[in-house]
Order: sequence, then structure tokens, then C-alpha cells
Amino acid sequence: MEKFKITDLDLYYGTFKALIKVNLTIEANQITAFIGPSGCGKSTLLKSLNRMNDLIEGCRIDGNVLLDGEDIYGNIDVNLLRKRVGMVFQKPNPFPMSIYDNVAYGPRTHGIHSKIKLDEIVETSLRNAAIWDELKDRLKKSALGISGGQQQRLCIARALAVQPEVLLMDEPTSALDPISTSKIEDLISELKERYTIIIVTHNMQQAVRISDKTAFFLLGQVIEYDTTENIFSNPRQKETEDYITGRFG
Amino acid sequence: MLKKKEQFMRLIFLFSACTSIIAVFLICIFLFANGIPAMSKIGVFNFLLGKNWKPSNALFGILPMILGSIYVTAGAILIGVPIGVLTAMYLSLFCPKKLYRLIKPAIELLAGIPSVVYGFFGLVVLVPFIRNYIGGNGSVMLTASILLGMMILPTIINVSESAIRAVPSNYYEGGRALGASHERSAFFVILPAAKSGVFASIVLGVGRAIGETMAVIMVAGNQARMPKGLLKGVRTLTANIVIEMGYAADLHREALIATAVVLFIFILIINLSFSLLNRKSI
Ligand SMILES: Nc1ncnc2c1ncn2[C@@H]1O[C@H](COP(=O)(O)OP(=O)(O)OP(=O)(O)O)[C@@H](O)[C@H]1O
Ligand SMILES: [Mg+2]
Repeated sequence: MEKFKITDLDLYYGTFKALIKVNLTIEANQITAFIGPSGCGKSTLLKSLNRMNDLIEGCRIDGNVLLDGEDIYGNIDVNLLRKRVGMVFQKPNPFPMSIYDNVAYGPRTHGIHSKIKLDEIVETSLRNAAIWDELKDRLKKSALGISGGQQQRLCIARALAVQPEVLLMDEPTSALDPISTSKIEDLISELKERYTIIIVTHNMQQAVRISDKTAFFLLGQVIEYDTTENIFSNPRQKETEDYITGRFG
Repeated sequence: MLKKKEQFMRLIFLFSACTSIIAVFLICIFLFANGIPAMSKIGVFNFLLGKNWKPSNALFGILPMILGSIYVTAGAILIGVPIGVLTAMYLSLFCPKKLYRLIKPAIELLAGIPSVVYGFFGLVVLVPFIRNYIGGNGSVMLTASILLGMMILPTIINVSESAIRAVPSNYYEGGRALGASHERSAFFVILPAAKSGVFASIVLGVGRAIGETMAVIMVAGNQARMPKGLLKGVRTLTANIVIEMGYAADLHREALIATAVVLFIFILIINLSFSLLNRKSI
């Protein structure tokens, strides 16, 4: 089943064209990886899927992005869109409040105030983010006092707490050590049963390890989009091959 | 040659840095040398907790003035903090650029107005207003609190605004990415993240309010008796000193200096809590 259908998407930052005629179909319950050199538009495309680019002054788009057949740039509630399409940032950004309040922030925003219900959501979300055991005894402590890897998993839990359908992850492990990274990779693989996941990564091995499909970007264009296996074992475009073999640039 | 010049400049810097330290040090010596003996002559207990200030009868209790200062300041905080913090929120997160260019200079101007001018405004506008529409003779605690509330606005707004602006944008983005509206992210993510800076602004406001003299004297009534209510006159510590300094002699004069010592300790505590707050925010 297709989750996102992106057709002829152009995106401008002022006069600069950051995405050029992007066409992509993202499958539900799969992990899709975006790879490509720095500045090629991976984050830009990711942000246009939950309209975080609305926050950037002078950002304008042409083309279509359909989520379950519905145009997300049409007449929709952006806050509900972002509830359905969650996001995890490159740099862990837990709010400067308690661990509990971090996870409960989203549900509270969307109108859940019952303590019993919140307790339940906080526990399930932390469990799903594989961090419950590490944090259960200090839920009332500040979220800034835990390690970077734990913070990132807390941010994943926070995103899961609003029960999204899609998770967008922009280089979620680039600021982390190898052990935290492998924990988060395991976590992502588990989450794919219930969520559609799109991940931006600079780490080829990571893309190979966890993703089902991979899109290779260059200068604002999608050069090649295929199963991860095909992209890495027999790419059809020369640019893709140069990039994955490290001959790029 | 260059080295000599460098050394010379270094000396000048050192000297400049020392001036302020020396100034504080001299003030301390002056205050304590004159104030402490008076306190012991009057009796620390009688001085700090005495309810009567009647220099002609050799009664030197400054409790009325201590309470007066605290009440007036608390009133100013009650009025100034909500308005100030909300203004800071508006300026940093909601205000259109064009309007900002109008409001910001107005606030800077507010900060630069001499306190005697505030005092005149209070005397000519606030005092009659309170007398005619609320009660009392107008020169009352409420008037002083309102006026001081206005005077601490620039401090609270400016310090809070920079605290709010200093909150990393990734908190805000995190809030928005969870589907929170701009308003909700502003009040439930950014404001809590800026809270130590906002508290610091309040502490600075308290410092300004408690030390303010001229404007308060002009509107507070200045009766040296225990504060009796919002619509009765009060005298603050600062007012006590200024009003009687001109003609006081001997123990009376020393008692006024001892009053300044109390004020000084108040300010010391406020500054200490300010730097504690600042340390916490790092
Ligand atoms: N807010 C912005 N305003 C103007 N130009 C921007 C903005 N954000 C990104 N760009 C430009 O758009 C292009 C794509 O940026 P983007 O952040 O999507 O790249 P990326 O592929 O995510 O790179 P990286 O791997 O370094 O994160 C770059 O040329 C960048 O300079
Ligand atoms: Mg990026």
C-alpha cells in the first residue's frame, strides 16, 4: 500500500530551487532511506512531508504530496497532519522538563488530560522506544540529565506518544556513539511493523542494514529510487554508483 | 617598546577594574562603620522589629518601613510581572516586525525616563485618579505599587525577552513537529525553557523597585507607621532615609545610616539570588 505519493514536487527557498521535479512513492510499513551528498535536499524533502517547511520564511512549493490519497498542501489541519506524521530530529531535542512531561507533551496537546491514560501512554511509548527499563525510576527527573543516546530514544518515544502513522527521521544517529546507534537501528527495525518510516542517513551501512528502499539524491533531484538491495548491489545510474562506492566528489 | 606599552595598558585596565571594587568596598565601610554602632545602641531587636519610629522620643523601630518596602515592592511585582512577561512573549514570538520597531523603542524610552519624572506623572495623574475613583487620599500604597510596577516594566521586558529569544529553536520545532500550535509551543515549551531568565528578570525588577526612592516619595504618603492597607499611606526604607537625612543629627542620623545598611543587605540578597539563578540557567 502506498503511504505518500509525491508528484512533480518543486521546492524553493526564496529564489533558490532546492527540490526539482521530485517523484516518489513511499510504501506503508516499510523503511525508506534517503541518501546523497550534503546539501542535496534530503532534509528539505523530509520536512515537506509534515510541512515543517511552513516554518521557514520564503519557502514555497509546487506539485503534489498525497498522504493516503489526501493532498497535504490542500485544505487540511496542519497540526493534525503533524500528529499523523511524526518527526525525529538530527540533534536530540528533549524539552527542558521532566522525562514524563516530555512524553506526555504530545498527548496533552491533543487533548488527553486523564492521569491514568497519560501514565499508560508514557509507559507504552517508552517501552516501544526500548528505553522504559532505563528510565522508569526517574520519570520525574529532567530529560536533559540523560545521555545523548537516551535522549534520542526519548525523542522517539515522544513522537510515538501521539500515535503517528509515519515517522520521519533526519539523521537520527549522527550525533550518537556506535552502541546507541545500534540500539536505535534495532528499534527502527522493530517499529516498521506498525509505522511507515523514512530515514535520512549519511551512513551507507546503516541504509543497507535497516532500509527496504533507498532514494539517492543529487542537487535537488532524485537520481535513483529502488529497493535497497538493487541500489547498493547494482545501481543503474553512474552517479549512484560513484556515490555508494565513495568515488563521488 | 611594544611590551612597555602593553604593560602600561594592562595597568590602566587593572586600575579601572579596581575602581568599582574600591567604590563598593568604601561604601561598605562607610555604611557599616556608621550603622552598626547605632544598631547596637538602639538594640538590634528594637531597631529591626520596633514598630515605632519617633526620633524625637528616641524610638527608632524601622519595622514599618521594612514592611512598607516589602509591600510596595510586592504590589509592583504583582502588577509589573504579568504585564512584563506577556509583553516579552508578545515581542519575541508574536509581534509583526513593523510593530516591533514601534514598541521596542517605546520600551527603551520608558527605561530612560528619570524617576522624578515618573514621580510627577504619579503625582499629577495617578494620585488624583486613585483619590477620585478608588479611595483614600490618593497618596497611598496602591499608587506607589502601580507606579513602581510601571517603572520595572522595561527591566522585566528586556531581560525576559532576551531569555525567551535565547531558547534554542529546536525546542520550538520539536513542539510544532508534535502537532502543537504556535501559541501552545510558545507557552508550554519556550516559556518553561526560558523560566530561569524570566525569574532573573523578576529578581532584577525587585531590586529596582526596592531601591527606588524619588518616585515613591512623591506618591506614597510617607507616614512612618505600620502599613494599614492598600488605600493608606506607607513609608519605605529609601523614603525614610531621604526625608529625614537633611535635619537628622547624632543617633537619629546614625539610625538613618543603619536603615541604609538594612537596605544594602536587602539588595545584597537580591543580587545573590540573581547570580544563583544565572548559574543555574547555564
Ligand atoms: N532555510 C533555508 N533557507 C535557504 N536555503 C536552504 C534552507 N535550508 C536548506 N537550504 C538549502 O537547500 C539545499 C538543500 O538543503 P538540505 O538541508 O535539504 O540538504 P541535506 O540533503 O539535508 O543536506 P545534509 O546532508 O547536509 O543535511 C541546500 O543547498 C541548502 O543550502
Ligand atoms: Mg539534512
